[in-house]
Amino acid sequence: MSADVQLDHVYIRFGDFLAVDDANLQINEGEFFSFLGPSGCGKTTILRAVSGFLEPTQGEVRIGGQNMRGIGPNKRPTALIFQNLALFPLMSVADNIAFGLEVRGISKFERRKRADELLELIALQGQGDKMVSELSGGQRQRVAIARALAVEPDVLLLDEPLSALDLKLRQHMRTELRSIQQRVGITFIYITHDQGEALTMSDRVAVMSAGIIQQIAPGETIYDEPETAFVASFVGENNPFFGKVTQADSDFAVINSDVGPLRGRNTKGLEVGDNAILFVRPQALSFAEGAPDNTTSFEAAIKATEFEGHFQTVFLHGSGHKDIAMSITNDGTPAAHGPGSTVRLAYSPDKAVVLPQGAMADE
Amino acid sequence: MSDFLTTFLALLLALLLAPYLQARTDSVAKFIGGFKFVQHNGIILSLYLVGAVGIWMIGMIILPQLYMLDFSFRFNLPPMEIGGPDDVYTLKNYEYLIFGSPGSPDAFNFLHLTIFGKTILAAIFVTLINFAICYPIAYYMAQVAKGGSARLLVLCLILPFWVNEILRAFAFRILFGSGGVINELLIGAGIIDQPYDFIRADIALYSGLSYAYILLMIFPLYNAIESLDHNQVEAARDLGSPWWRIHFRVVMPYAKPGIASGCTMVFMLTAGALAAPQILGGPSSLWFTQIIYQWFNTGGNWPQGSAYAFVLLLACLVFVLAVMRIFKVSLGEIAK
Repeated sequence: MSADVQLDHVYIRFGDFLAVDDANLQINEGEFFSFLGPSGCGKTTILRAVSGFLEPTQGEVRIGGQNMRGIGPNKRPTALIFQNLALFPLMSVADNIAFGLEVRGISKFERRKRADELLELIALQGQGDKMVSELSGGQRQRVAIARALAVEPDVLLLDEPLSALDLKLRQHMRTELRSIQQRVGITFIYITHDQGEALTMSDRVAVMSAGIIQQIAPGETIYDEPETAFVASFVGENNPFFGKVTQADSDFAVINSDVGPLRGRNTKGLEVGDNAILFVRPQALSFAEGAPDNTTSFEAAIKATEFEGHFQTVFLHGSGHKDIAMSITNDGTPAAHGPGSTVRLAYSPDKAVVLPQGAMADE
Repeated sequence: MSDFLTTFLALLLALLLAPYLQARTDSVAKFIGGFKFVQHNGIILSLYLVGAVGIWMIGMIILPQLYMLDFSFRFNLPPMEIGGPDDVYTLKNYEYLIFGSPGSPDAFNFLHLTIFGKTILAAIFVTLINFAICYPIAYYMAQVAKGGSARLLVLCLILPFWVNEILRAFAFRILFGSGGVINELLIGAGIIDQPYDFIRADIALYSGLSYAYILLMIFPLYNAIESLDHNQVEAARDLGSPWWRIHFRVVMPYAKPGIASGCTMVFMLTAGALAAPQILGGPSSLWFTQIIYQWFNTGGNWPQGSAYAFVLLLACLVFVLAVMRIFKVSLGEIAK
């Protein structure tokens, strides 16, 4: 069984510190939903409120339509996978997996049968009698998942469970987690600071910063249509240009940046005179020679280039403290422009977005 | 004559060995320097450590105990006859504890054996009570309390132990006396109308003993529980476990070495306690240590007292080792 999760105007305060500021959202049944944000943004606090380890200061958490206030973590239809997994070191793998069943008074025989089934699901069949310490990092990871699934939760909560793994394993586990979720069909709520994880696995992502949910959307929308300066600067690489709006209509706006007037999509309906930031992704920039007429262009001096395999990144002197980054594919021809030369860069205005000024992600 | 012979032989031996030892000084130094321990700590510190621990272990523990052990197998002779022809080994002192004096009509020394059994049972009981009291406190300090309140709690636990043992025992006597605070409160609350004799019922004794070694239980428990990852407690809770099962399945197995360490210490010390039973014991109750004390002190029979003391020591050791075996704890874990 699966259940939806609703956060109804949830505020969580620790003394004077507002950890979660008006979280209001609906996570659908069977959805893979991620909270993405830097550390300290309040995403783990939300997870703890859903699992029942803390109560919201204000607002309601509802699981399957039922208000969870006053219901402890041991009575909620959720299971949590901890960042450090928190497997029981003194129990065998099978006992770990079956712990939730033991609690429910299920017979030893039945427990073992269920543990063996789950071991098969996580491709660790026959390893039930090993101790946790005998397993590798990835195997422990899967045991933690099996232990949580054993209690047949309606909602599985995952608190950055992949962060302790090395890169290769992490990428492999992403696919694995996604396929497990599709097989069991229950709601997954996933907490991460790693945008790669959030974007690859999730149906929808909530980007958080300083306790506030900035945007909730599918990964592609988050990437292509950021709604705030924070989302634009946090998810993927982006070049910001600051300025005031000088022209605006319902589709496009122009700002007077330090490098000249720049044009981009006006998705937030800014008006002339508003303070704004225009964001262009490195791969949307190109050298202006031979670019179509409808592009916007500006001049900048090349500072350095970095070769990264099938593409290279060109850093140019920007107007502010930050360099402008441009990423171009390597087509085998030698670089036309070296460091020091001033070049004209161009981009298509529908690849740039103009957003109200606001807090940006720290580098 | 024999003294002269000993001195003479020792001198002879020293003279004979001296050239050999002098010739080997280098290799002896090399031998000592070869130990990792010495390389790590330097020669002076190593000598001090080995010397201090050696003197402590051999001079202050092993030798006096061996002396007492030897005592326990001898007759209680007047000083004149010690070393004389009658000073031979005997099992009489141990036989006395089991069978009583040869003239008595009983087959066994029921009086002392009962007291012995009661002392061991009471010590087990006190250890269990102590554990029941200390485990929640230790858990609270180690896993729940934050910084300041944990420190305050530790202070509150330690400070009363600045008061000496005798005074603390008398305080309990006053507390539990017929006109004491507890009786006054109970009468005042209308629960009882006659003062209850807590001392005759040994309640005062058990309370006093439980309190006396509370720190020796709390700190090993605290040490063990403190290193438990709190996520494990939360994980068990999240998987639906009620609080008591979390403790039995997750916290206690993890804290087992600490539990074993605390329980063995409290058990040994309780079984060997003297001040509290002396002061808080009811008129009809006698602790085995009190009998030992009587043999040494009023009875003036050191061999008999030594025998009793050794039986107590042996019983405690056997009991503790058996319990450790049952709970699968090794000595090394306790020392952690």
